[in-house]
Amino acid sequence: MIKAILIFNNHGKPRLIRFYQYFAEDMQQQIIRETFHLVSKRDDNVCNFLEGGSLIGGSDYKLIYRHYATLYFVFCVDSSESELGILDLIQVFVETLDKCFENVCELDLIFHMDKVHYILQEVVMGGMVLETNMNEIVAQVEVQNRMEKSEGGLSAAPARAVSAVKNMNLPDMPRNINIGDINIKVPSLSPF
Amino acid sequence: MALKIVKGSIDRMFDKNLQDLVRGIRNHKEDEAKYISTCIDEIKQELKQDNIAVKANAVCKLTYLQMLGYDVSWAAFNIVEVMSSSKFTYKRIGYLAASQCFHESTDVIMLTTNQIRKDLSSPNQYDTGVALTGLSCFVTPDLARDLANDIMTLMSHTKPYIRKKAVLIMYKVFLKYPESLRPAFPRLKEKLEDPDPGVQSAAVNVICELARRNPKNYLSLAPLFFKLMTSSTNNWVLIKIIKLFGALTPLEPRLGKKLIEPLTNLIHSTSAMSLLYECVNTVIAVLISLSSGMPNHSASIQLCVQKLRILIEDSDQNLKYLGLLAMSKILKTHPKSVQSHKDLILQCLDDKDESIRLRALDLLYGMVSKKNLMEIVKKLMLHVDKAEGTTYRDELLTKIIDICCQSNYQYITNFEWYISILVELTRLEGTRHGHLIASQMLDVAIRVKAIRVFAVAQMATLLDNAHLLTGNMQRNGICEVLYAAAWICGEFSEHLENPMQTLEAMLRPKVATLPGHIQAVYVQNAAKLFATVLKSQEGNTDGTAAQETSQLMIERLPLFVQSANLEVQERASCILQLVKYIQKLQQKDVEVAEEVSALFAGELNPVAPKAQKKVPVPEGLDLDAWINEPPSESESEDEQPKAIFTKEEHKHSRPRHTEVDEKELAKRREARKQEQANNPFYIKASPSSQKVYQESTGVEHIPVVQIDLSVPLKVPGLPMSDQYVKLEEERRQKQRVEKKKKEKKKRKEKHSGRGKKRDSGPESEEDITPAHMVDIVTEEMPENALPSDDDDKDPNDPHKALDIDLDKPLADSDKLPVRSHRAAEAAKSPGEAGDAESAAAQEPKKKSGKDKREEKKKDKDRDRKKSKEEKKKKKHKHEEKEEDLLRGQAGEPVVQSEETSQVAEPPTSTSAEVSDLDFWLSNAPVPSNTQEAATVAAAEATPMPEVVSSTAPDSEPNEPKDAEMEETKSSKHKKKKQKKEKEEKEKKKKKKHHHHHRHSDGGGEESVQNGTVEEEEPLPSMSNYCLLAENSYIKMMMEDADQVCDIQGNLQDGSQVVVSVIFENKCDGFLKSMEFNVLDSLNAKLQRPEGSGPHDGLTVPFQLPPGVSNEARFVFTVQSIVMPQKLKGTLTFIVKNEDSSTHEKLDFKLHFTCTSYLITTPCYSDAFAKLLESGDLKCSSVRLEGVSMPFHHLLARICFHHHFSVVERIDSCSSMYSRSIQGHHVCLLVKTSAQTVSIDAKCDEPTLLGNVLDEIKQTFSQC
Repeated sequence: MIKAILIFNNHGKPRLIRFYQYFAEDMQQQIIRETFHLVSKRDDNVCNFLEGGSLIGGSDYKLIYRHYATLYFVFCVDSSESELGILDLIQVFVETLDKCFENVCELDLIFHMDKVHYILQEVVMGGMVLETNMNEIVAQVEVQNRMEKSEGGLSAAPARAVSAVKNMNLPDMPRNINIGDINIKVPSLSPF
Repeated sequence: MALKIVKGSIDRMFDKNLQDLVRGIRNHKEDEAKYISTCIDEIKQELKQDNIAVKANAVCKLTYLQMLGYDVSWAAFNIVEVMSSSKFTYKRIGYLAASQCFHESTDVIMLTTNQIRKDLSSPNQYDTGVALTGLSCFVTPDLARDLANDIMTLMSHTKPYIRKKAVLIMYKVFLKYPESLRPAFPRLKEKLEDPDPGVQSAAVNVICELARRNPKNYLSLAPLFFKLMTSSTNNWVLIKIIKLFGALTPLEPRLGKKLIEPLTNLIHSTSAMSLLYECVNTVIAVLISLSSGMPNHSASIQLCVQKLRILIEDSDQNLKYLGLLAMSKILKTHPKSVQSHKDLILQCLDDKDESIRLRALDLLYGMVSKKNLMEIVKKLMLHVDKAEGTTYRDELLTKIIDICCQSNYQYITNFEWYISILVELTRLEGTRHGHLIASQMLDVAIRVKAIRVFAVAQMATLLDNAHLLTGNMQRNGICEVLYAAAWICGEFSEHLENPMQTLEAMLRPKVATLPGHIQAVYVQNAAKLFATVLKSQEGNTDGTAAQETSQLMIERLPLFVQSANLEVQERASCILQLVKYIQKLQQKDVEVAEEVSALFAGELNPVAPKAQKKVPVPEGLDLDAWINEPPSESESEDEQPKAIFTKEEHKHSRPRHTEVDEKELAKRREARKQEQANNPFYIKASPSSQKVYQESTGVEHIPVVQIDLSVPLKVPGLPMSDQYVKLEEERRQKQRVEKKKKEKKKRKEKHSGRGKKRDSGPESEEDITPAHMVDIVTEEMPENALPSDDDDKDPNDPHKALDIDLDKPLADSDKLPVRSHRAAEAAKSPGEAGDAESAAAQEPKKKSGKDKREEKKKDKDRDRKKSKEEKKKKKHKHEEKEEDLLRGQAGEPVVQSEETSQVAEPPTSTSAEVSDLDFWLSNAPVPSNTQEAATVAAAEATPMPEVVSSTAPDSEPNEPKDAEMEETKSSKHKKKKQKKEKEEKEKKKKKKHHHHHRHSDGGGEESVQNGTVEEEEPLPSMSNYCLLAENSYIKMMMEDADQVCDIQGNLQDGSQVVVSVIFENKCDGFLKSMEFNVLDSLNAKLQRPEGSGPHDGLTVPFQLPPGVSNEARFVFTVQSIVMPQKLKGTLTFIVKNEDSSTHEKLDFKLHFTCTSYLITTPCYSDAFAKLLESGDLKCSSVRLEGVSMPFHHLLARICFHHHFSVVERIDSCSSMYSRSIQGHHVCLLVKTSAQTVSIDAKCDEPTLLGNVLDEIKQTFSQC
């Protein structure tokens, strides 16, 4: 079982959190902080497994993570999951994001947290791995996006126009601020 | 007015969406909290609007805020509103928000039941999908109960997308509502064989998750999983299954034996590291479960260790880590094989990655032996000196101590060395583990009597140099060591060389800076020392010296009397008064030493840590009974004993606490204190112990200043442990020499010349004797201590409820709740099958239960069933009690037994399934599921070609026509010696398959018993493997084509024949790139993968190291089965030796007999009779002369070699039946008189019949 999936950046800012076991909000934040603390002090060339934090899980749980550019993808899993399998799953997930967002970067995750959730829902459900085939995942996500678009139809058009106008008016386009516009480079790793 | 509306809608356009919110937060970095609170206010306004789009937008933003840590549970109702929108866009937003913030105590969840049910049955698969995904995150016991049935239905949805989600969510449902497991399980099991790989994977996932917690209930699924394992190519599924097997093997060692071979193959063949790793892990689990009883598994263990070594040597840190992790598992059972890789593991201690270093440390723990302990610890001590970062150093320290003290100091041969190691460890600056070292010192000094003199001397030096040790600190955890030093010096003061000096050291003013609990020990032990000193001084008849000592005590003790620490103060003032009194007596020249030392007389024995728990309750003492009558409830509301009412207390505590205000609480507390003070039975917490505890934790809060000393602190006068390593080595050398001498002497005495050279090899564990006789005092246990260890199972484990026996047939109580007004929909569920309570419903219920079973049997004979049911009805008429009627299923076995003609009944009841599993487990390693196993076992045909069976050599059938020995040219050069070897090998082979034989025999015997036979003679063993071809490199054994017919009974698909071939490597090179090719005939074709030409060979999916054999299966398509035929084939392969590799080939002939197209099929006598009456069958007969075997052997032989089953047997006459893969019926009537056997046969295909009879004739002509 996967107990939690956390995505945060190099500064510990959460970009997506998904707990498959209930924790109150303040506890969730504490777990993110602790996990960030554990993960961030590790070099990039050390192993990607960490024997769980004290807050989440216990002896049976492991943190399995990958670090892409500015983001950490951390999965907290128990012993029923294969460590290397989960590493591969993270890779599949990130590659899927890359496909769905076309060169995904941290900003995509910041502004489209909901969409990232929808993609994740096609990969993991209730803490169990649902699908590992990237093409299948992408296909399902796209069908649902198309449905959303067709439902939006005309009524959503004005809102979209306004949104575009708002973006134009803003002096600083989000893409230009901060460190965010570094694409998450998805290295092509050999499948597990 | 109109303007207003327009304005409103324009406003809405300018509502913030999620992107605006995020942008806003990023632009308000300095006052983020304030900005967000205004946003939340806006969201609250938006939620009040009627427009669902606005609401959804607001909920979406809330989901984002939830991620930032804001509690959004106040909007739960609005989330439900958005969930129930008819538009997918909004529904999805709603469900996402719900999955992020709903949990079991969210009360609006109960409002969602109907909405979710509606969504689950929505025609749009994505509505259903979204609902399932959401539900998986917030399912509650209520939701699980109410929706279990709907989800069950979805498991058979037409879309695999929904099916896989429904299957996965069932796990969550089971967890919340365990009653649903039994009714849902059959369908879940079905999904293991779903055509869609995603659904299959999901089902595997769920069952693995269930089985991990309660493995014993899932043992019966082992054959099914075994089949999946050998057939699946999906690595995810394979990993899960292999992990599951890892959990199952400890329960069933036979399973492990069966697994070893396919797993080894996977290890050899897979390129996926994850799969390789899991295989190795499971092989390890298997080997652990087999527990070293199998010597021939050392190869597997070697393989694992080898592969792990490759992982550990890999540059990928992840593989390195996992390799070490798995290594530590092997270590537990096979320490020897790991110990040879000590170099590698010590290397890992230098790795830059801390996780890897820690793993390596774990491994070291198990690798020590008496021989290498000192060496390993020495290396670790070096690392301690080198280590930067206190956490890792502390870890090293604890590991050193763990390693040394494991299993009761088993590996320590020299305790002086150990004490000096401990003393060396005290040099560590800033370690947190001072208390650990201290407790080790105490433990060793108390329990190893012989070491006390040495220990006391060391401790005295420590005390003397306490200032060096502690520096200017009491903040350093290491000063805990002084606690132990002081106690040891005091308690065993009789061993002290110079007690006076130590006494002085203990009473130095500096001591007052130590933590309180240490000071207390100092004071107490100073008193003990004082007693010893007095004794020695009075013995010298020097009165003044004794008086001086008392004076010293009186001078120094007041320092402690002023201590802020209660314990210290109390002890000091007590002892001070005592010493003053002693001084008075001394001045009167009274001898007091004897009496003073009497104060501390007696020896303290170590007590086992669990001793208290294990004191048995004396007879007649009931701890649960009230001592006094319980006070009435109204009197003592807050005095309720917790142990009894914890549950209720827990529930109510939260709301109650919020209601009561501070004042009220204070008042109550006061009242309670008063009451407790007056209550003689209330045990108060002892203040002193609390104090000590606080003190010790308080130490950590004082900021530690790291003093960086370039020169390691050395306590002068302390021996170095290295010295001992050398000494020990010398000592061992000496011992060895002495031993040699002794042995020589012995040999001389015995005058025996055949003495083995025992001294040449490395010394074994037992040879090393401890330096001095160490008398390790065992810990004391109370008398009649209870031996059992307590179960440490967590009573709150949610998986406990899922410990349900799944093999039991479903009973009435096992059904999913269905709402009554939805009866029509619910009827679809098979779980409903057993649902009926009224008498009127009993009859259909019974039928439906039966129907289900009947379907399973794939029995198409309607008439028979009818008659059976009539019988059953009759039977039930006799039983008038309703209860018995309800147990209709239990009555079924009785009915079955009436039908004597039934031969091989497919499993229906629990016992049948269990024995099925047994059967599968003890069968030869042929991958097959239960039903197939039954078929295969009965369908074994070809005997061994040579008569070498040691059990029954005379009756071993010989069939040269099947045993086509195609010797290639190279084999002609074989010498006689080689032939001999070959024979031996074959013998071995036979033994290997021994299990197999016995069981196929069992199958034959069973069928005979069905025909009521009385004589019981052991049946000769029969084998189905024949030699196909061999040369000096390889041997091919063929299991005669056994048919795998589609279980569904689809005859069109039944034109396949599977040939199992065992390849055995006979040379000492590595065989690889094996290709199996057969020249297709018009009639029979080798099935090749799509895209390959008709002349391409099939690659054998494994390689063969020397001496290894493995089995591969090849599928052939056959068109006409009426004639036997032979196929020519070639096997090409590369032999790779150390220096060269050569290409070799081996020709062979595959022989398909007509019998090999027959499948053992059970048949009932009435059906058999109908078949014969029908007149469609052509008749033929054959006579066999001179057959001198017992009739039941004869029948068994026909059953075994020719795939028949016995329908009925009367005396020396029997009817038999079989069916071809293309559905031809073959009926035999076998009669025997004297030595003549006559077989009358009927079949709807005369050519086939003729050939089959010829083959039978041939079988018996060889006897």
